[in-house]
Amino acid sequence: MMKLLASGKRLDGRGLLDYREIKIENGVVEKAEGSALVSMGNTKVLVGVKIETGQPYPDLPNQGALTVNAEFVPLAYKYFEPGPPDENSIELARLVDRGIRESKTIDMEKLVIIPGKEVYVVFVDVYILDHDGNLVDAAGLAAVSAILNAKLPVYRVKENGEVIKMDEYVPLPVQNCPIPVTMVKIDDKILVDPTLDEENMASAKLTITLTKNGEICAMQKSGLGAFTLDEIVEAQKIARKKSSEIREKFFREWC
Amino acid sequence: MTEIKKLIDENGLRVDGRKLDEIRPIKIEIGLLANADGSAYIEQGRNKIIVAVYGPREAQPKHIGLHDRAAIRCRYHMAPFSTDERKSPAPSRREIEISKVIREALEPVIFSEYYPRSMIDIFIEVLQSDGGSRCAAITASSLALADAGIPLKDLVVACAVGKIDGKLAVDLSDVEDKLGEADMPIAYIPALRKISLIQMDGIFTEEEFFKALNMAKDACIKIYKIQKEALKQKYLQTEKE
Repeated sequence: MMKLLASGKRLDGRGLLDYREIKIENGVVEKAEGSALVSMGNTKVLVGVKIETGQPYPDLPNQGALTVNAEFVPLAYKYFEPGPPDENSIELARLVDRGIRESKTIDMEKLVIIPGKEVYVVFVDVYILDHDGNLVDAAGLAAVSAILNAKLPVYRVKENGEVIKMDEYVPLPVQNCPIPVTMVKIDDKILVDPTLDEENMASAKLTITLTKNGEICAMQKSGLGAFTLDEIVEAQKIARKKSSEIREKFFREWC
Repeated sequence: MTEIKKLIDENGLRVDGRKLDEIRPIKIEIGLLANADGSAYIEQGRNKIIVAVYGPREAQPKHIGLHDRAAIRCRYHMAPFSTDERKSPAPSRREIEISKVIREALEPVIFSEYYPRSMIDIFIEVLQSDGGSRCAAITASSLALADAGIPLKDLVVACAVGKIDGKLAVDLSDVEDKLGEADMPIAYIPALRKISLIQMDGIFTEEEFFKALNMAKDACIKIYKIQKEALKQKYLQTEKE
């Protein structure tokens, strides 16, 4: 593998800055308000969006709520054990959350039913189905796609203050399109979209999420190694380019 | 609490009177715990954090031991009384994520190959939290590891840079983090000139990001000098005894 890398190629024939084939399928779970299945090579991630109502956070009374959870389902990989989320699934969920939240992808102020009392709560659940590396990007893309295609159930407030659910749906109010790009460092070379083998060989991993305006809205280094400042600046340039390619290919009508 | 409308006043000073590139005052004490193999206490602004290192010791349970190096474990935990509103003692998702990133920030400098089948535990307790606690925790953890006599390639030092009222500022306090537009903690290893932790939330343009990265590195170098001085004072004191 090292000899291949030195000549700018990887085991599967890709260049260092090439993504595997990405497929996105929306609306695969009709009972969910939004859903998307993303495959990136052999990695498969399903995201379901459920929208309910509830009380707002006390310090944000005039906004809807967003919560992102990730399940590293045991059927996805021999080393995933059943049980509560471990540090890896918590990290992934929080990273996908930051990408969506900081870019204000969902216009949370439009998700209020009764100010200070009843708001929409958007649940984004990431379900890993098959692990062949780069779970973050697959999960991030699936989450964005599920959200962009999600439908919001309409609730009416009657005169007596009662809130009832109508049999009507409108699109979720969305205004951005954050795309995460994950890179690993192997032997001083930066590779995008690592496979599981490449992740295990890598000394460090870096995810950078960019908005539709090319702003950085989330970043996370993970894994055991360390990056020089130059590598981080270079990674940021690579991420900007790749995120805009992916956005252009799959989400053109939203940006 | 009085309403804070502006984070930067007409003189370019922040809520606590600091300039944009000024870090908070830091106080360090090393070796304060009798039981731990190594320990350090740091105050950075209103952060008060204590770190204890136990190890290298035999891996218990055995299966967490690695055949060729020490297993490093790290627990970042906030005391219930450490924040404005009482925090439940149960580890939150945030604490679990921070425990992971701190461990990954420190591991690159530890010569773990010297201690196969052992474990090294780093216990971080935040007694009072006021923004940037993961960075202060990393700064103190390096000193606790050194105090435990664990061979290190270098100390790891950490500091965050953020954006408040549209301007880049170093070492954000809690109110600046909550009301600001971006926060980026980094951990830096000066001898290797490498970054072992970088996270970011908020919005940065490419230019802001580049400036912020360099501001953070410069702040880390300032704090590194404080770390080394604290370690030197500790050794001089031990020699006298």
